Amino acid sequence: MSHSFWSLVFGRLDFDSLDFLKAFFHPDLNDVIVSGASWVVILGAVVTAALLTWFRLWGPLWSKWLISVDHKRIGVMYIVLALIMLARGVLEGVVMRAQQADGLHGGFVSADHFAQLFSTHGTIMIFFMAMPFLTGLINIVVPLQIGARDVSFPMLNSLSLGLTVSGAMLVMISLVIGDFSTGGWTAYPPYTEPDFQPGAGVDYWIWAVTLAGLGSTLTGINFVVTILKERAPGMTLLRMPIFTWNALCTSLLLVFAMPPLTVAGLMLAADRYLGFHFFTNTLGGNMMNYANLFWQFGHPEVYILILPAFGVYGEVIATFSGKRLYGYVTLVIATMAIGFLSFGVWLHHFFTMGQDADVNAVFGIATMLIGIPTGVKVYDWMATMFRGRIRFSVPMVYALAFMVLFVLGGLTGILLANPTVDFQVHNTLFLVAHFHNMLIPGTLFGMLAGYTYWFPKVFGFRLNDRWGYIAAFSWIIGYFLAFMPLYAVGLMGMTRRTVSYTNSAFEPWFLVAGAGAFFVTVALVTLCVQLYVSIRDRELTRDIGGDPWNARTLEWATPSPVPAYNFPVMPHIHALDAFAVAKEAGFGYQEPTSYSDIHLPGNTWAGVIAAVFGTALGFGLVWHMWWLAWLSLAVLAVSLIARALLGDRHPVKIPATEVRRQYRAWLEKVRAVTPVTRALEWDHRNCGVAATEYFEEAAE
Amino acid sequence: MLVSKIRSREDAYRHDLRGYQAGFILAAILTIIPFALVASGTFSTIATLWVIGVIALIQIAVHIRYFLHVDLSPERREELYLMLFSGALVTLMIAGMLWLLFNLHTRMM
Amino acid sequence: MNVIARSLGLTWVAEYDHEHDRAASALSGFWLFMMSDLIIFGLMFATYVTMLTPMSFAGGPTPKELFELPGAALETAALLTSTYTFGMASLAIKFDRGLGKVKSWLLITLALGLVFLALEIREFAHMVAEGAVPQRSGFLSAFFGLVPLHGVHVTAGVTWLVMMLIQINRTGLTGSAKSRIARLALFWHFLDLIWVGIFSVVYLGGIA
Repeated sequence: MSHSFWSLVFGRLDFDSLDFLKAFFHPDLNDVIVSGASWVVILGAVVTAALLTWFRLWGPLWSKWLISVDHKRIGVMYIVLALIMLARGVLEGVVMRAQQADGLHGGFVSADHFAQLFSTHGTIMIFFMAMPFLTGLINIVVPLQIGARDVSFPMLNSLSLGLTVSGAMLVMISLVIGDFSTGGWTAYPPYTEPDFQPGAGVDYWIWAVTLAGLGSTLTGINFVVTILKERAPGMTLLRMPIFTWNALCTSLLLVFAMPPLTVAGLMLAADRYLGFHFFTNTLGGNMMNYANLFWQFGHPEVYILILPAFGVYGEVIATFSGKRLYGYVTLVIATMAIGFLSFGVWLHHFFTMGQDADVNAVFGIATMLIGIPTGVKVYDWMATMFRGRIRFSVPMVYALAFMVLFVLGGLTGILLANPTVDFQVHNTLFLVAHFHNMLIPGTLFGMLAGYTYWFPKVFGFRLNDRWGYIAAFSWIIGYFLAFMPLYAVGLMGMTRRTVSYTNSAFEPWFLVAGAGAFFVTVALVTLCVQLYVSIRDRELTRDIGGDPWNARTLEWATPSPVPAYNFPVMPHIHALDAFAVAKEAGFGYQEPTSYSDIHLPGNTWAGVIAAVFGTALGFGLVWHMWWLAWLSLAVLAVSLIARALLGDRHPVKIPATEVRRQYRAWLEKVRAVTPVTRALEWDHRNCGVAATEYFEEAAE
Repeated sequence: MLVSKIRSREDAYRHDLRGYQAGFILAAILTIIPFALVASGTFSTIATLWVIGVIALIQIAVHIRYFLHVDLSPERREELYLMLFSGALVTLMIAGMLWLLFNLHTRMM
Repeated sequence: MNVIARSLGLTWVAEYDHEHDRAASALSGFWLFMMSDLIIFGLMFATYVTMLTPMSFAGGPTPKELFELPGAALETAALLTSTYTFGMASLAIKFDRGLGKVKSWLLITLALGLVFLALEIREFAHMVAEGAVPQRSGFLSAFFGLVPLHGVHVTAGVTWLVMMLIQINRTGLTGSAKSRIARLALFWHFLDLIWVGIFSVVYLGGIA
């Protein structure tokens, strides 16, 4: 009786699932690490809550952030999520590197724990670090770059954030309660079928990824419509900044590439929960279809991750070379070509699955074709720098490191695109080295460059440059030391996802990689220090004029931090790089002749409800607490329907006089500021107004 | 003036109505043909499957034209491009998937 | 003028600060959602077709043994007619034929949607009674992945239709109601289009 009552309420959850107690019952090193990680999560949550209470920040957090529909605040929340998950993902990577450095004949981590580590590391880095980071940047930047008040569907934007957060919450909860999947970030069946992994782990993976994927699809829809419908008058498609172009392509990929993931995830869930036979060994299941479906998502996903970074590099390289982007139209065409081709190459992720050589050949050739538009981009960036006055600022350091390392990684990609070569190195650390080579210099450096570049726009002060350089060089050195050796051990035959090895020839390489992991840890710490120092010294780096880098696009033509309404009146665009042209003509800071009232959407609880009840839904499903799952689903459905029926009940109206007062006050401050030349870019005298010094190039 | 406006509005209504009627009748015919073919079993299986496939594609085009109102006119260009783009992608995905999985199936036999 | 403006780069113009056409944006967003959904259905169709092999029948029932033409024909008739009646409702809205007409066409559509769902549930119950459950074989898993997915969409459409009937009963044909019914109409016609694929591939293809 009591047992059945327990299982009715708690499903299959029991005391053994509570990781944070493990160290007390089985005090060996592995379980101490498991428990320690869960205590870090618990303590982190408790300390955060305590600090919020101590500084009385719950109210502002709620009213200014959590229920806000302002795209800039939503973007910041995405990036905060990404940075928290980055910390966890990096630390897991460091534990894995340490394990393998120590892994000759053993090591300190159990095989099962190691499998959970690489599964969560991959899942987190893709879905809960890179995706939120790029979504956050797109959220902050795109509406500003196209001169819009907000995105097309502000409530939906908040909802997407809530769904992404609920996925991330599930991954964090898995650290405290129960185990995560050991099936890698790809969760291939039949290993992830209940016959082999009956526990909660794979279910955590399924629901985390499905919820976040749903959020990403909605984000994609939102930004395609925003970019196509909300552009300021005069901003034709070919006057859009390059970041916006990349965001458009990314959003289209989100709309069309997320469905295969949803299909694969839900089919796997049907197998696990309802005994279907989509991917089972028995009764006519076809596990090879899972690999097919997963990579129909997975390959476009690679470009979802890289295209926004390409966009950031385009802006950063043009700005810090003091030139307009070379070959803008070719970059646009290359972006769209990459986006379309990315749907036609998914099979290269499983060349060795057993299909005919001619099938492999077709997909191998298609894969190599993608190298062409990517090469166009690299040449365009180099031509942009050619004869420019290059400033080696922090974002530019990331961009230069990217260009060298990404080409290296791209070349190993061309190697892997050849099926015959792939047969030799597939499933080895060579592959691991390859995709880290693409994703760290590509996505992560791009995101960090964007973070440094647009930080003053969002918060009104620059990030500390000295700590920025230290972080950037730590990332570069750390990346190089940690992953270049993996190419070598991969070629020597070390398989990926392996906890230990017996070939002593691998050990020196793993020791070097372990040293790299140390530098990566340093990079992570310096990022935190940089943030602390920057906030502490914010009075020295104030960005009053809103244009600290003498940049070219529209987002720099408005105050920093950006007011909720973005622009006092709608800008009318007459040229590509409109702000650069205006500054050159001496019209950088004009006053509008007249103002009108501004209407903004009201706050909404949708995001919070999605985050809380999405998490509860996933948790209920993972632990078979059916009452919780049904209840959460009902709350989600009812609140969405209610929101649809009631509409936006608290729209905000800002009267024209108030807009004029604020804008005039800002113009006064701007006029009081001394414009600085680029030589003083990182000096405290840079208050965000650029002196006209070398505009010869822009004149033609 | 007023009268002519009403009449043209009435014409527009009849025009739209005829559109829906034409779509409905075409769709009904294109549904009945394959059902009748399968019920009677006149053709061989392969021939029947070909006819079903071709007629289904025509019927989808009819639905898009008469019910979703996506045609070649300039004001529907946006939806047309979107549908063509999505159609290209879904064709690519399905074709690749069938090629791959039936190839694997043959090799496993 | 144009040349001068071009060299200015950007100008600030208050009168351009108009209210955006919310309904048009919502319609575009809905189109994108449907195309995303189309990919889901496309992959479910492809999965179903790859499961039409003796290996995936796994000794269980085959399409020829399971499917019957009359049932599929009735379901098709209900759904196809409902798409026409929804078209009539859209016309009544477009040409201001009065709230009563809109409501009655929508009610007929709703009734046909419910008939379709009832027929479909009856068919599934029949299959389950024969032991043709999704747990039986890969082929049946694929069938119960594809056809009920469409049924769930129709259920969502029916629910949405009920909500719209409530809304126009309370507030009349406001701008928001019209915009929502326009999107629902797209959704409804889209589901009918998917059904063309289902009766061709699953039922006719299976029986032929």
